[in-house]
Amino acid sequence: MNATRDVRGWRVKPPSSPSKVGKRMARKKSLITYVQVAPLTVVLFFFFVIPIALVVLVSFFRYQMLVGIVPQFTTKNYVDLLSNPTTWSLYLSTIKFTLIVLAITFVLGFWISYFLVFHVRNLITAIGLFLLCTIPFWTSNIIRMISWRPVLGREGLINSGMQGVGIIDRPLDWLLYSDFSVVVAYVHLFTLFMIVPIFNSMARIDKLLLEAAVDAGATRWGVVWNVVLPLSKTGIALGALFVVTLVMGDFFVVTVMSGGMSGSATSGIFNDLQFLNYPRAAASAVILLVIVLLIASAIFRLVDVRKELVK
Amino acid sequence: MKKTGGLLNKKISRRNLVAGGAAIAGSAAVTGFPMVWAQKLKDITLNHTGMSYSTLADIGKQAEKDLGFKVEMSVVDHPGLLNRVSNDPKSIDVADVEIWQNKVLIPQKVLQGIEIAKIKNWGDLTSLYTDGTFAGKQVSREGDSPIEFIYRRSVDDGGPSAAKTDWVNFLPGVFNADTLGIRPDLVGRNITTWADLISPDFKGKTAIQNIPTNGIMDAMMAFESAGQLKYRDKGNPTKDELAATIAKLIMLKKGGHFRALWSTFDESINLMASGEVVIQSMWSPAVTAVQAQGIKCTYQPLKEGYRGWGNGLSLLGHVAGLKRDAAYEYLNWYNSGWVGGFIAKQGYYSSNPKTAMAALTENERGFFYEGKPATADITSPTGKKTNSAGDKRDGGSFEERFSKVAVWNNLMDQAEFLYAKWNEFNAA
Repeated sequence: MNATRDVRGWRVKPPSSPSKVGKRMARKKSLITYVQVAPLTVVLFFFFVIPIALVVLVSFFRYQMLVGIVPQFTTKNYVDLLSNPTTWSLYLSTIKFTLIVLAITFVLGFWISYFLVFHVRNLITAIGLFLLCTIPFWTSNIIRMISWRPVLGREGLINSGMQGVGIIDRPLDWLLYSDFSVVVAYVHLFTLFMIVPIFNSMARIDKLLLEAAVDAGATRWGVVWNVVLPLSKTGIALGALFVVTLVMGDFFVVTVMSGGMSGSATSGIFNDLQFLNYPRAAASAVILLVIVLLIASAIFRLVDVRKELVK
Repeated sequence: MKKTGGLLNKKISRRNLVAGGAAIAGSAAVTGFPMVWAQKLKDITLNHTGMSYSTLADIGKQAEKDLGFKVEMSVVDHPGLLNRVSNDPKSIDVADVEIWQNKVLIPQKVLQGIEIAKIKNWGDLTSLYTDGTFAGKQVSREGDSPIEFIYRRSVDDGGPSAAKTDWVNFLPGVFNADTLGIRPDLVGRNITTWADLISPDFKGKTAIQNIPTNGIMDAMMAFESAGQLKYRDKGNPTKDELAATIAKLIMLKKGGHFRALWSTFDESINLMASGEVVIQSMWSPAVTAVQAQGIKCTYQPLKEGYRGWGNGLSLLGHVAGLKRDAAYEYLNWYNSGWVGGFIAKQGYYSSNPKTAMAALTENERGFFYEGKPATADITSPTGKKTNSAGDKRDGGSFEERFSKVAVWNNLMDQAEFLYAKWNEFNAA
């Protein structure tokens, strides 16, 4: 750096302003920051911003049977979708599944993490048990899902077992191809997404806090309720976010496990793509995106994940 | 064209080969390629893209062995094929399309005409495709039958022509007549009509395919034969007819009539093999697959007739020069016997019955084509036993089956409405 460049420092500054050198450092620092975020920005721009912009654009185009997309502005896709009771019942059914799965995976995730963090004294054992939880993830999603069929089917393990023992005399039909089997598959597939973040935030809790609470006279439940739960809320929020987006965006699990008897918000998109109705599929996608974003922002409003994470 | 004669007499160098390739390819006079060509063809890779039931890796392997150039088979689903052909046509050379898909693809102008004069065995191909007749009678025009799309107006105009021309949109491929699959050991009575699909006798034990264009056909066949609804033309129902059909389907679904709606072929196999359902929409290879597990499964002929469907091989517009020559070689090979014999064992028919029958053993020929009882075990394409000696193929001979096609798979004018309605059925 030579002195002539410093001419830019002519502006009158309050005496407390940082020195020229300091400012230059700051500028350099911020430049470095820009460089550091540049790769991610570029990636996000090309693989996130542009595709989303295209989807939004196409959602306002007209569709013509046998031709496909006609680039003429119309709001028909949105009007059609929003005024159609089918859309609403599909969303209702998807939200129902989301809430049920969220509740179950939260209870499971919370207590499994609690057990791993606070009951297992040996760190190695805890890590070992944690890894056990990931074993189902060594096989593909589809296998994990399909493998429920021989268990839940009419002539499956549970039905034939219970019939053998004499608890029931005819097979229970609602075990498979029902809302029940859909929830079972979702819980099986997604509980780990709840366990990992909750485990992570619980592991950061200083154990001395728990001792202090007990010393101060808290009951066992009081400790969980007043200490562990509030301190794990970042993990819970992140886990909930995973589960919500996974369930809301799914159409495959629900189709396979309900035997095609239930739909989801996404199955409409799939059906539209079958005959190249990209505009309506795009409009559905935008609506879904808006709803998921609303849910996500509600979750972030409850818990400031950013603040909690840097703590 | 004038150039062609001169070029053939010349010693062919690489340069004028490339330059003249298109001209030669356009000429019907070329039969049997000189050695140089055979050498060049070796470097060609031909991509055949289609759906899982007909785009079989074994076919590609055998073609490579017989033709000497690479044939790559890529499998996509129904919407995937339409999307690929319309949006990324250069990634495909030969598209294995269902007849009704031509309705979408022809206006996209991505296919090129196939010159009949260059298809050596054209005369042997089934009149079902080339003439719209079968066993001397006109085939059903309900739905999208092959004859309605096969001939194009000219080289450049893919629009379907009612009169025969020298150019076609697709080479006749595999085809079949679909019906309901049943578990004869579990249905407990004779199944004779499509109406049995919606019979209360099978409440909670039936399934229908969750592919709107096909599922609606099965449903219409059932409601019509049960006398519940009437259709002017099942191949092209009106909005009112569709709405009435879906309303009935929704009632059945809410009443617990369907055990499941299946969307993939293997789901239908599982449903049947596990006994979850005893009567359902089914495709022929799925029946074969259930039988191969040692479970009795019948592809039950019904008195109202079959739901026919067919495929054709289309050439994409960009295919030219040497590659086009290779593609024609492949098209000629496709109906020359081996494929016909192979797919017969999964219950399908080749458009060239003569060579397909010749590729089968006498026992297989009798069983698959002539309606005779098997004289020895019948095996699937993968070599698993499907039928024993004495068994007869469901539905009888090739001729008997195909003279009873009542309606064809199709893309109806109201397809957009159908999809919206089918969504309601799914959501109900």
